[in-house]
Amino acid sequence: MMRNVLPILTVVATLFALWYGAAVALNAPWARDQAARAGQELGFGAMVAETWSQEKPKLPAPHQVAAEIWKTTGAMVLAGRGFSKRSLFYHSWITFSATALGFLLGTALGVALAIGIVYNRTMDMSVMPWVIASQTIPILAIAPMIIVVLNAVGISGLLPKAMISMYLSFFPVVVGMVKGLRSPSAMQLDQMRTWNATPSQTFWRLRLPSSMPYLFTSLKVGMAASLVGAIVGELPTGAVAGLGARLLAGSYYGQTIQIWSALITAATLAAALVGLIGLVQRITLKRMGMV
Amino acid sequence: MGWLVLGTTVWALGWWINSRLSHRPKTRQTSLLVPLIFGLTLIVIWESLVRGLDISPILLPPPTAIAATFAKSTHILWADFVQTALKGALSGYIIGCGAAFLTAIAIDRFPFLQRGLLPVGNFVAALPIIGMAPILVMWFGFDWQSKAAVVVVMVFFPMLVNTVQGLQDTDAMQRDLMRTYAAGYWKTLLKLRLPAAMPFVFNGLKIATTLALIGAIVAEFFGSPIKGMGFRISTSVGQLALDLVWAEIVVAAIVGSGFYGAMALIEKAVTFWHPSQRGRT
Repeated sequence: MMRNVLPILTVVATLFALWYGAAVALNAPWARDQAARAGQELGFGAMVAETWSQEKPKLPAPHQVAAEIWKTTGAMVLAGRGFSKRSLFYHSWITFSATALGFLLGTALGVALAIGIVYNRTMDMSVMPWVIASQTIPILAIAPMIIVVLNAVGISGLLPKAMISMYLSFFPVVVGMVKGLRSPSAMQLDQMRTWNATPSQTFWRLRLPSSMPYLFTSLKVGMAASLVGAIVGELPTGAVAGLGARLLAGSYYGQTIQIWSALITAATLAAALVGLIGLVQRITLKRMGMV
Repeated sequence: MGWLVLGTTVWALGWWINSRLSHRPKTRQTSLLVPLIFGLTLIVIWESLVRGLDISPILLPPPTAIAATFAKSTHILWADFVQTALKGALSGYIIGCGAAFLTAIAIDRFPFLQRGLLPVGNFVAALPIIGMAPILVMWFGFDWQSKAAVVVVMVFFPMLVNTVQGLQDTDAMQRDLMRTYAAGYWKTLLKLRLPAAMPFVFNGLKIATTLALIGAIVAEFFGSPIKGMGFRISTSVGQLALDLVWAEIVVAAIVGSGFYGAMALIEKAVTFWHPSQRGRT
């Protein structure tokens, strides 16, 4: 673990250096143009400083994004308006609630399907190929349609977005759980039979516990997919609220700093959620004696 | 009423046939036939539900209407396919996967970089990269170049992580054997490590097929010329022409499955020696 810290820091530092460099390269034409119009000669140092502090740069520098994030989170909390509509906490919360609902629905659906597939041979042969095929379909493409159609029948708000998250997150859960529920060896299953265990006992005491490592791995993938689903689901609703809406609004008005701050917030949210599942995984597996 | 009865009958019949078939010994025919029957029953149920319950075609068009629209507007669908799938997704896929593959080989020479880049790459692969789409559309304009750029960014990290992992998949004994043959770095790479990495590389390539199509379509929601699958979907939804939207989805499904299937076939030909391929006949 410790020996990885230095390499990771090096890579991250390199990425930041590249980012600053790219900001100079991409924003320089505009800076030069402005200087030429003002009739000034721009030295190298002045130009670099200018490219890192533009109002609407092509690529904002990291510190600009950090300042924008602070302005819309920490500073607003200090001002006592931490949950106003301009704050990123508000938008993150909207996106998070859709993500979480979709994730829960998707996990429930995935586990149910997996149990059906493991216990019913007909379902295994007819449903499983379609589950796999359903993921080769770029399902995010129909996000706008789902939103509009559900709106038309009177369902709006959280649920349509959650449906998209659900569709994206059920697949990893199905695949992982089918593998996990089938992971007990023939010997272990025979042992349950010699103890005269009922099918439900076999399920609760052998199959389900042994599927846990698989479940958690799939939950991590499913959570990341849910978040993507929720963000894309916010696009067609016309930029009302949520991180996806911030992205869209930023792209309409050319507010690059706003886009990047929404993007970084989404990334932080994803990292936090996946990390949370990792934590639950470690605690659960430890208490089950599996690590 | 008649439609609902038909739907129920077809469902019962399909399930009965499938359960008969699936309890027979598994052969190649049954494992193809069973999902096919399942899919067909689903379509018949859909059709009879829509007609039986009088669901407005604006909400959910029946499959026959979608098929009719598909047949009627093939020229639009073809233009969109060329714009999104060929120009946007495919070119981005080739550039992104190629760049990731070469980067992985370069990184592989430096264990220090490897240890740093793998965790970062894994982290980035879990991020909502699709959010980069508006930025890239701003940089590269509305045409297919920006879509290809989104695809490049989306497929790069999954592909990189898989290839780097694959290149580590040889054990010391195999590498020692190569050394006893006096094979240099390049020879070991070409004859041992790249072939051994192929199952991982194809895993990455297969994941990237879906990501590429998604990236190309979603990027069009942020601005595009007046053709393209994403553009058609978002505008047709606005006009409530849902049969055209569904026709586009059918195209997307065919392209997605075809793309994935092609990769799986190539994988089968290249990694014929791998246990996961040898087990199946």
